[in-house]
Amino acid sequence: MGARVSTLILSATLASIPAFSYSGEWSGYISGEFRAFTNSPADARQHDNNFSFAAQPEYYTDWDNGQQSLTIVPFVRWDENDDNRSHADIRELTWLKATDNWELRTGIRKVFWGVTESQHLVDIINQTDLVEATDGEEKLGQPMINLALISNWGTLDLFVLPGFRERTFPGEKGRLRFAPRIDTDQAIYQSSEKDQHIDYAARWAHYLGDWDVGLSYFNGTSRDPHIMFGQDDKGQPVLIPHYELIEQWGLDLQATLGDWLWKAEIINRSGQSDISGQKKNYTALTAGFEYTIVGIAQSNADLGIISEILYDERGDDALTPFANDILLASRLTLNDEQSTEFLLGMIFDNDDTARLLTLESSRRFGDNWKITLEGQAFIDIPNTNTELLRGVRRDSYLQLEIARYF
Amino acid sequence: MHNFPVNLKYIGILILTSLPLFAAAETAEEKGLAIAIETDRRDTGWQSQTASLEMVLRNRHGQESKRTIRTKTLEVSGDGDKSMSIFDSPRDIKGTAFLSYTHALVPDEQWLYLPALKRVKRISSNNKSGPFMGSEFSYEDLSSQEVEKYTYKYLRTEELDGREVFVIERKPAYKHSGYTRLISWLDTEMYQPLKIEFYDRKKALLKTLTYSDYQQYENQFWRPTHMSVVNHITKKSTDLHWKDYRFKTGLTDRDFDRNSLKRAR
Repeated sequence: MGARVSTLILSATLASIPAFSYSGEWSGYISGEFRAFTNSPADARQHDNNFSFAAQPEYYTDWDNGQQSLTIVPFVRWDENDDNRSHADIRELTWLKATDNWELRTGIRKVFWGVTESQHLVDIINQTDLVEATDGEEKLGQPMINLALISNWGTLDLFVLPGFRERTFPGEKGRLRFAPRIDTDQAIYQSSEKDQHIDYAARWAHYLGDWDVGLSYFNGTSRDPHIMFGQDDKGQPVLIPHYELIEQWGLDLQATLGDWLWKAEIINRSGQSDISGQKKNYTALTAGFEYTIVGIAQSNADLGIISEILYDERGDDALTPFANDILLASRLTLNDEQSTEFLLGMIFDNDDTARLLTLESSRRFGDNWKITLEGQAFIDIPNTNTELLRGVRRDSYLQLEIARYF
Repeated sequence: MHNFPVNLKYIGILILTSLPLFAAAETAEEKGLAIAIETDRRDTGWQSQTASLEMVLRNRHGQESKRTIRTKTLEVSGDGDKSMSIFDSPRDIKGTAFLSYTHALVPDEQWLYLPALKRVKRISSNNKSGPFMGSEFSYEDLSSQEVEKYTYKYLRTEELDGREVFVIERKPAYKHSGYTRLISWLDTEMYQPLKIEFYDRKKALLKTLTYSDYQQYENQFWRPTHMSVVNHITKKSTDLHWKDYRFKTGLTDRDFDRNSLKRAR
């Protein structure tokens, strides 16, 4: 961040708050997490089992009969071993004004686009906070001005995005990282304005009967860096993130047909280099279904079967390990007082032996506590230079998190 | 559907309610339907409603857990209502909001907003029989009650706790119900239920719902202050305590779209 324009947005956001005080409300959580790894690290500098603590308070206040509001969400994490994972961020600092025909949001925010479960191709507004979660689901706050125009023809969201956020990556001592490590201090940009380049985006979303559809466009600095080889100041090999200017069109679709949810996300991107360093216009796709059996075996539980294909036309040259893969997963929702849930999924690489097994489960206890058990197993990952998951081949882990909400 | 200036349902009501005056040999089914139509007619015209509720879940050992929810409902003439539920507690799901466009016989349209992910998810409405928030209420118990959702049979008139009641049998006409039939004890003055028994797919008595402390609002609309459901098989129970009922609040369709879902508070 640090861009003048985003400072301006922040000042405008804060100036919009009436001087007299409103009774706002606080909520949020604090959490402690323990990660256990099944193998010793591939690199002797990396840590073994690890503790970490995080907090995310949230302040909210509204006025003008609820038509205007202010939300502030800071986030902080301390990590026992990885300096890069110990970090703080402003997830949200937004002033919202809503009217019958438009909604204006100014400040720092998180925006989600898309429908699929295994990956989120069309979701491009926010940078991934990769040190938070390997699945890329956690995002950094993005400065923006967002105007939503609302009509019978759906919602058209227009975005001005000043202030680019670089992706976070685990540090030298961190697990679940690339090998060699990514040196974020050496990040380079295609644009001479570097992280002050102003990006633009738009999305139209609507629903028609059983169908929900979104069409999106982005023009600016790619959230996904191209990765180049380099050296750090000690002469050790490192990977250097290179942020290029891209253009992306995206389409997301969901059909909700009884027990079946059919989903697809398609993107077309130009301006992004592939692994070989060539800039090629490419198309990528995630598509599949979620089928839910309601009240399985005459219980209250629902069992969902999920399958998606993950495809990227660049194949082995893609920046993703999921260029030609299949997800098979099942989701068990007990619908009990504690909201107990399990999701077990496996992504199979159609081109080699690599498999990625993911477990996510959670349960509330008491009225304010939640326990989450997660894990990933990286199975038969080839130890070759072209394998993007090579760095995590010995990093299968199980993670227990206990969070207190307030 | 809600844009139709003329409400087709009421033409039906006029025809059906005037019939019994002339037709002496009214069948039990006709009388049951006529009572359902009268119930619907008396509860028409509130336009929009907001309320808060506390839900107390109790397991067979008497252990309690609580949820607090705020609801907004928009009356849609000629179709099911639109509703939004916003969860304030348990705190881990605070800010989660549920938007539903209900219909009599075709599936409801439903969206869920997950605040941690900032994600609006369209969800299937086939889980009508599933528990709402882990409670003994299922989604179908709490959704908009439209005349067309059931077939009716008047059983008898009797007394319940000193009040005169119609006893009506209803059978769901919509798909994916968890019930084969419901028996309602309907107050003959308020035209509101005092008690409902639910029979499961095996035709066994599954649960009993009782309503208490009805208050009248706007000189017309009766609403219960407390609802309590007991599951006879699991011995679990759930109490609902309603407060802050408000009617004709000026809410419009715009307050029930996916944009308002994202900023629901």
